[in-house]
Amino acid sequence: MFAQCADPSTLSGFTWMLCYLTSGKHLLFYYSFGTVLVLLAVTAPVALGFGFMGAIAARAHNPVARVAGKTYMLMVRGIPDIIFFMFFVIALDQLLETGLHYIRCPDWTDPIRTGLEFKVCPEAKIPPNSAPQIFHQIYGFGLAVVTFAIVFGAFTANVLYGAMNAVPRAQLETAEAYGLSARQTFRRILVPQMWVYALPGLSNLWLILIKATPLLFLLGVNDIVFWAQELGGSKTDSYAYPHDDWRLWYFLFLLAFYLAFTRVSEIVLARLTKRLSHGQATLAGEAMRKAAA
Amino acid sequence: MKKLMLATALVALSGLAAAAQDTVRIATEGLYPPYNLVNDAGKLDGFEVDLGNEICKRAALTCEFVQNDWDSMMPNLNSGNFDVIMAGMSITEERKADRLFTQNYYPPATSYYVAMSADADLKAGVVAAQTATIQASHVAESGAQLLEFKTPDETVAAVRNGEADAVLADSEFLDPIVAQSNGELQIVDKVQLGGGVGAAFRQSDTELAGKFDKAIGEMKADGSLNELIKKWFKEKAVLF
Amino acid sequence: MTMTCTETIAAYAFRSIGFGERMLPKSDFTLCQQFTLIGSGLIWNLYYGALALLAGFFLANALALAKSARSRWLRKPAEWFIFTFRGSPLFIQFFLGYQAFVLLPKNGIDLLGVTIHTDWLTKAWCGALVVLFLNTAAYSAEIFYGALRSVPKGDIEAADAYGITGFKRFRRILWPTMLRLGWPAYTNEAIFLFHATTLVFFSSFPAFRQQGDALYYASYFADKTYNPFIPYPIVGFYFICLTLLLTFAFNAVNKHLNRHLPSNQRARIRLRPQLIR
Repeated sequence: MFAQCADPSTLSGFTWMLCYLTSGKHLLFYYSFGTVLVLLAVTAPVALGFGFMGAIAARAHNPVARVAGKTYMLMVRGIPDIIFFMFFVIALDQLLETGLHYIRCPDWTDPIRTGLEFKVCPEAKIPPNSAPQIFHQIYGFGLAVVTFAIVFGAFTANVLYGAMNAVPRAQLETAEAYGLSARQTFRRILVPQMWVYALPGLSNLWLILIKATPLLFLLGVNDIVFWAQELGGSKTDSYAYPHDDWRLWYFLFLLAFYLAFTRVSEIVLARLTKRLSHGQATLAGEAMRKAAA
Repeated sequence: MKKLMLATALVALSGLAAAAQDTVRIATEGLYPPYNLVNDAGKLDGFEVDLGNEICKRAALTCEFVQNDWDSMMPNLNSGNFDVIMAGMSITEERKADRLFTQNYYPPATSYYVAMSADADLKAGVVAAQTATIQASHVAESGAQLLEFKTPDETVAAVRNGEADAVLADSEFLDPIVAQSNGELQIVDKVQLGGGVGAAFRQSDTELAGKFDKAIGEMKADGSLNELIKKWFKEKAVLF
Repeated sequence: MTMTCTETIAAYAFRSIGFGERMLPKSDFTLCQQFTLIGSGLIWNLYYGALALLAGFFLANALALAKSARSRWLRKPAEWFIFTFRGSPLFIQFFLGYQAFVLLPKNGIDLLGVTIHTDWLTKAWCGALVVLFLNTAAYSAEIFYGALRSVPKGDIEAADAYGITGFKRFRRILWPTMLRLGWPAYTNEAIFLFHATTLVFFSSFPAFRQQGDALYYASYFADKTYNPFIPYPIVGFYFICLTLLLTFAFNAVNKHLNRHLPSNQRARIRLRPQLIR
């Protein structure tokens, strides 16, 4: 990055450290914090979507939808999330490619599975082998996001289901009495009021999601944990910047990052709760009304 | 609607440059210098990366190196996420049963037992090795107590902090570490394991494996393979 | 030399704790082998979960009290402890725990003439347990702290009126009510703690003599058969059974804690997933 860093072996002290911390590999480490933030930014809304659909399904009159929704919600209670991460990504990948295989290569006669191998026609590979590595990385990251969203969607479904049931019956009955259809009641009465009940649960989910991001590492994405391990490991002369095992320092840095992120999130979420409670028929809303009066 | 959009996106992604020549994707670990490593610029580098690029030049193939964990190498190879493994993988009878190997591109190398003291107990003591390597199965069968780690770095760290009596790993990996340890670590014993290091392919990929094998044969014959070995393994190189 | 399923169970059911066949299976990889060995590994998950939960319960009570104490010197350390363990990923805690434990002197620490063994801490059975113990203590402490703050004012006033004070008031009035109010949330903590024991496999603590937890053997089979779709669902199956058992046991305790209340006022246990790591 800097001109004086051209030959690291001649450096020492502060300049060495400066050059070391700005090496190409370290820049990748810094970018990977962006990866984590992107994961959070993309996963949160997608998981919310999954959770919303799960909660609606679990409340449906149709017994099939209800059982499906409840099973989805209960899934995360019985099975550790890591177990899903261990095989969801490869399952999802093979599922998508199999689907595309049947669409693109209807004339293909070779079996998809032979022994240990999984082989679809070249046109069905996502992305194709010839695509630059960046597309493979984006695809891998996308699979990771979907896996995260499915697991966290189940948690979200639990929270939203509880929140929908927490909206006072009287509110819904009043809506019906005014002649609103079931659909209108749901959209205009239930959903707007549900959020304040869901917020404590959703806040907690957000904090959990932050703490689950090191699992990206298990899904094969080069995230902050990967780089901390790679950079921190002791380096011999094969590298430009030899050093001892420094992983402890890198991981302490990650610890500080997570603690700071959690703290900031807690503060923002507390403010949001305060704002949403305004004018609501809850204890918090009542307290605010009294304080203002 | 959402599904449709997803499908369109996937089709678009998979349609990219479909007309271009197929790229051969070569996977390596990036954690096993000097075989393969991530250099300080953050790029894959090392003996195998140089060698792989040279093979592809000779066989007129477009190649790309990708990084993958040691643990998930074979599942990903078999599900077609890449086509070749060049990651310091030793050729063994057990492995030949489920994958194709080229002829070795690094001679059958010695594995070292490295310890803090010369009288370390290698027969019944605790010996560290990387999970799912030939060294790990050797330790498990030798009667010593196997201590498994996910990365090679950690195996050496375990000896340094006294958790393990010794570590068993490739001599090429351990040599520079021992040399730079100021006498803290020493080589206690040597064993010959495996039939050298080769590139691994899916069992059905005979054609591609053949091309690689031919190029390696040529490089052995004209001495360019030895040159590459010398470049990366320095004075400890074992030549053909 | 293929084994029958009974022979397999005899050879491998306790493999994870060092009994039975020394070498792991090298061929066949039958369903029976997978169920047996993964089940054997589950012994370790049970061990970590049960002991961490038990020890964590006591520390959690102390921490909850410290956090609600008036003295800054008690309150602040408790608050920081709870925030650190609840605010960071367990994965990172495992790593830092291991790194810290290997830094301790090898020969043990002499403290007032008693030698404290430190080499145990670098082994998974002790080190990972300590990390899990501290982690669950922090989460449970937050639950108990919340419960302590929701003890009805009337209960305390009634105790004062009867002249029950000091430790007695805590033991007879405050503590039982706190436990009753916190129990549904604590049940969830227990379930997710058992789930979290699967992370031990990914921690830096090494596997010794090929004795590991359920995930260790599942990944061994996935590695040997290249088929992740059998061993991991087996782990899932075992955990569903474990969760059902735990829910059953904690429900029984919950009933006991609520036995004095009219049936329509009893707290029911529901999933509140704020407690995973």
